[in-house]
Amino acid sequence: MNLTIASLAAQALVGQRRGWTLLALPACLVALAVGLHIFAPGTSSTQVLSGLGYPVLLPLVALLATSSVLGPEIDDGSIVYLLAKPVNRYVVAISKFVVAWVATMLAGALPLWGVAMLVDGGATRWAFAWLVAAVVAGTAYCALFLALSALTRHAVVVGLLFVLMWEGLLGGLLSGIAWVSVRQWGLRAATALHERIFGPELSLTYALSAALVVTIGGVWLAGDRLRSFTVRGDE
Amino acid sequence: MSELLLTGASRWFGNVVAVNDVTMRIGPGVTGLLGPNGAGKTTLLGMMSGFLAPSAGSVTLDGEPVWRHTDVYRRIGLVPEREISFGYLTGRRFVQANAQLQRLPDPDAATERALATVEMVEPAARRIGTYSKGMRQRIKLAAALVHDPQVLLLDEPFNGVDPRQRAHLMRLLRAMGDEGRTVLFSSHILEEVEQLARHIEVLVAGRHAASGDFTAIRRLMTDRPVHYLLRSSDDRRLAAVLIGADCVHSVALATRLSGGLEVQVSDLGAFAAGLPGWGRDAGITIRELVPTDESLESVFAYLVAS
Repeated sequence: MNLTIASLAAQALVGQRRGWTLLALPACLVALAVGLHIFAPGTSSTQVLSGLGYPVLLPLVALLATSSVLGPEIDDGSIVYLLAKPVNRYVVAISKFVVAWVATMLAGALPLWGVAMLVDGGATRWAFAWLVAAVVAGTAYCALFLALSALTRHAVVVGLLFVLMWEGLLGGLLSGIAWVSVRQWGLRAATALHERIFGPELSLTYALSAALVVTIGGVWLAGDRLRSFTVRGDE
Repeated sequence: MSELLLTGASRWFGNVVAVNDVTMRIGPGVTGLLGPNGAGKTTLLGMMSGFLAPSAGSVTLDGEPVWRHTDVYRRIGLVPEREISFGYLTGRRFVQANAQLQRLPDPDAATERALATVEMVEPAARRIGTYSKGMRQRIKLAAALVHDPQVLLLDEPFNGVDPRQRAHLMRLLRAMGDEGRTVLFSSHILEEVEQLARHIEVLVAGRHAASGDFTAIRRLMTDRPVHYLLRSSDDRRLAAVLIGADCVHSVALATRLSGGLEVQVSDLGAFAAGLPGWGRDAGITIRELVPTDESLESVFAYLVAS
């Protein structure tokens, strides 16, 4: 962990327009949940969490956060300024990951928890289970998208395809996709805490280890790509 | 005193060879890397700064390979051609971050010193996004200088910099070279390189075309046969006079409708000094004298051919 790189990454998040989108997304979710809570109380507000907040907002926030801390710098090559330093590349990746993770927790997991508490009327075990799901999935998403940002210029597109097509569309049709779905791993962790949350038919150990492997592997891969970062001419 | 050594360094991307078998030694003092656009200067600098693995050969700094060896950055300061995209940072914060990443004992003092060196103390509190091209160039230089490196690599540092700032940058680099640092900068403009560098390396189409003292390179470039188009009151008679001169290599009647003479000159100076006199003596009025291949590309092409 390098504090300078982390603080630069944090400034990249706050100092650019993308950073504000990061706040707007959870704000919309909370507004929607509050609206539903007031005007249409009941089960429909649970849907805000299980149908929108957790499967869409959380990965979007993670994607925005990771692509803001790493993507643009790699795209325009200005990451050379950070890399032309005697700093271990894995440390660079870890520092960027930590900042993106904190942002995801603040703008993703915490609002989800808030909405869950609103729906369930307080800091219940059910709400806590959602927080755990969001923390598990948010962490794995961050590492996965960080690796994507280091691997391809189209990290945002690939990330969106993964979330919407693979986990969303295909995941809804084929239950086997749960084995390779960050969303389902997080859900599995939540089901272990509360029986009213429905998750995939996976063992808890598998779900948690898979999330851990993706997290460590993703950060490692990002660091490895940075080790081989190359500068090319414009031609 | 640090020395960059390239030994048979090549780099290809797929089947495009960007740099082809370059062997050169960059020692203390200011060296200019001269070449037309697309000659592979950025690729070569990429290999020298450890941001590109040589496909063949080696690039070492004081005997250590540069690629994937992050410790060399304690000795290297790099000014890439790329714009800095940290527009949301102030100039001071950007330079300070560089100082911190170098783990300097007193990053703040080093930051102020570097800012003073490039005369950017006053605008340092502003965000980089508000800077002019020349100021960005100087803040990049400050960031590269902050750890007082032995080796300074600059990719096209004078691009888009106004003449006053260019003169200032040149003074700075010259002073650093005089202190015994190894300063290498790339440029596609001969005059720029000539003004600043004592030693010149010429790169054309990925190949190392020439190397040496700038006067030697300049002679190579000016002594090449130069082509002119000449128009006069009597082309045929002038042709007869010209072919008698030692400095004229060949004369041909131009095939174009407007007439004229195509003259190839081997000694530029003697030709320029002699031509008005020859014309006057023969009673021929010279109407037009146009160099037809003064472009830098033709200079480079000549160097490659020789």
